[in-house]
Amino acid sequence: MSEMECLMEIPEDAMNPVEPFLRMDRIPHIWCAGCGIGTTVNCFTRALLNSKANLDKVAIVSGIGCTGRVAGYARLDSFHTTHGRAIPFATGLKLANPELQVVVYSGDGDLFAIGGNHFIHAARRNMDLKVVCVNNMIYAMTGGQTAPTTPGHATTSTAPYGVSEPAFNLVSLAEAAGATYVARWTTFHVMQLARSMEEVFNKKGFCFIEVLSPCPTLYQRRNKMGDGLETMKYYKKASKIRNGAPTSECGLTKDGEIVVGKFVDRDRPDYLALMRTQMVETLGDRYAEPEIACCETEEVCSR
Amino acid sequence: MHADPKGVLTGVHFLDGDHACCEGTLAAGARFSAGYPITPSTEVVERFALRIPTVGGIFIQMEDELAASIAIQGAVWGGAKAFTVTSGPGYSLMMEHIGYAAMTETPCVFVNVQRGGPSTGLPTLPAQADMMQARWGSHGDYGIIALCPNSPQECFNLTITAFNLAEEFRVPVMMMLDECVGHMTEKVTIPAAEKIEITPRRFTKQPASEYRPFKPTEDLVPEMVQAGDGYRFHVTGLTHDERGYPSMNVEVQDSLVRRLQEKLKPLANGRALFEAEDLEGAEVVVVSYGITSRVAQRALQMARERGIRAGKFRLIQAWPFPEQHIRDLAARVNAFVVPELNLGQMVHEVERAAGGQAKVIPVSHAGGGVHQPEAILKAIVEAAAL
Repeated sequence: MSEMECLMEIPEDAMNPVEPFLRMDRIPHIWCAGCGIGTTVNCFTRALLNSKANLDKVAIVSGIGCTGRVAGYARLDSFHTTHGRAIPFATGLKLANPELQVVVYSGDGDLFAIGGNHFIHAARRNMDLKVVCVNNMIYAMTGGQTAPTTPGHATTSTAPYGVSEPAFNLVSLAEAAGATYVARWTTFHVMQLARSMEEVFNKKGFCFIEVLSPCPTLYQRRNKMGDGLETMKYYKKASKIRNGAPTSECGLTKDGEIVVGKFVDRDRPDYLALMRTQMVETLGDRYAEPEIACCETEEVCSR
Repeated sequence: MHADPKGVLTGVHFLDGDHACCEGTLAAGARFSAGYPITPSTEVVERFALRIPTVGGIFIQMEDELAASIAIQGAVWGGAKAFTVTSGPGYSLMMEHIGYAAMTETPCVFVNVQRGGPSTGLPTLPAQADMMQARWGSHGDYGIIALCPNSPQECFNLTITAFNLAEEFRVPVMMMLDECVGHMTEKVTIPAAEKIEITPRRFTKQPASEYRPFKPTEDLVPEMVQAGDGYRFHVTGLTHDERGYPSMNVEVQDSLVRRLQEKLKPLANGRALFEAEDLEGAEVVVVSYGITSRVAQRALQMARERGIRAGKFRLIQAWPFPEQHIRDLAARVNAFVVPELNLGQMVHEVERAAGGQAKVIPVSHAGGGVHQPEAILKAIVEAAAL
């Protein structure tokens, strides 16, 4: 069958099930062939679909970088903020409008180098945010520089003789800082990733999902690790699902084992619950529930 | 629209400028603040933290100034009126997010209680050395509004004005206090809530299908929405088109960035906020602002006692600079005297607006204290002799 015949067999109104979740007028996206970010977005749309979340009440916040562009493609209230500051922006958004489910979707450099401090403090506070980190182990948007997640011995544009500094173990960091939910998958594990993303829509508190994703253009190629497909094969071969594994034992290396799974799923009161309890305890009847959002039409602004 | 009585502490009070500023935020309808401690500004949010749980809102102390200055913008897009407070070093850290607020047209208020710099400088002592930073501190071309109160009463009044202007023009508004005004305690009269005018957010009435988040209205300011209302809008610090979508088109950049400045034009001339005294027939005009305007008042008295026809032009609004007013004055006075607690910042604007028509004499001071009235008088006398 020729290519043309193939195309003609698709009915005119045919639609990919993810389309309603995307700004189709912005497609094609900017990501390279073989990049894993699109795969994670596909999982995310499936999670939105399955979670039955009211999409008008889901907001997505990104920082800067390749993954930072996710917010712009999601057909949700979406915010492309400054480098590293997606989490504090999301904090203000959530506190002003607590009925929103706020997702932070960004990359490893954004969330853990320039934004690292915000990550640990939001986790400490147990801010009710769902943080998805697409970890491609490199600064991709700027051309392949060393990230705090680049494993030792890997070569980057700013470490042409190999990286000598140790990398962050993101899942261990998230658990230590207080996250209520911590999971790691690769872009090979699409079903598991979509399920984790769905799970966090029904979870309160600071949730963290790390997704290991290839950057064929700047990481795999420079490190002679093949293309996107080769990376999928590596993810398949090297991954071990170990739900509940101690996160301290889940560090990543350049070409070693990748421990994936759900590591942490615990409950503790989130920021707003803790704040309310403290205020009621101290102020009693004098405490006024926050009414933050501006009103639109009333003669007297009651909020 | 009138103020919500819940936030208005109607009555006569004895407050310092920082506390009066806080009462202004509450009266203006701010129900969210994020801050990070820094002298001499912290009292503003300390009072807010004390007051807000009984009014109905949230204060959160963030991990740094970058976090505070972007958390307020998240809150604004969630529907809040919000502000942050800082001083010199913290203000430097907030610059990126002042640019983000300007680019995304996020109405919010930044309070800067100025202290001596550069760097850590003089944490507990006054300066007015962030005036140019307020205007130009973030990268790129953009516009902001900056107000300079000279008393606790004005800290209260102008904070309300700051929120109102932020909503009207969709810009970040700078409240440029200085350590003296922030820590000076005076009588502050807070009127009844129904006497306080509040500018509501410019929410769109258009349905989601027709709404374009960055399409300017007649006065060049776009209408706003908030998250959760079903508009599914996009906000980015990248150059964006009327839909809010990123664009690398040179024409899109040109029309966006020009509009960010041009929408503030009405404030540069007709609507500029200033206080004038004895400008009619003046041979010398003292241009000052903040605490320095109060020292200048004494110098003006002394000059008039000597028979010098000295007028006063107090900048209540430093940015946009009221250039037309200064240009008009320049055509009929000998000279301007510009005292300020820095080595020359607003004086350059006076010089620019005067355009060589009148001489401009700076009276600089590196900060850490205020001028002696005699220093300003000396310049007035010199100017009168021209």
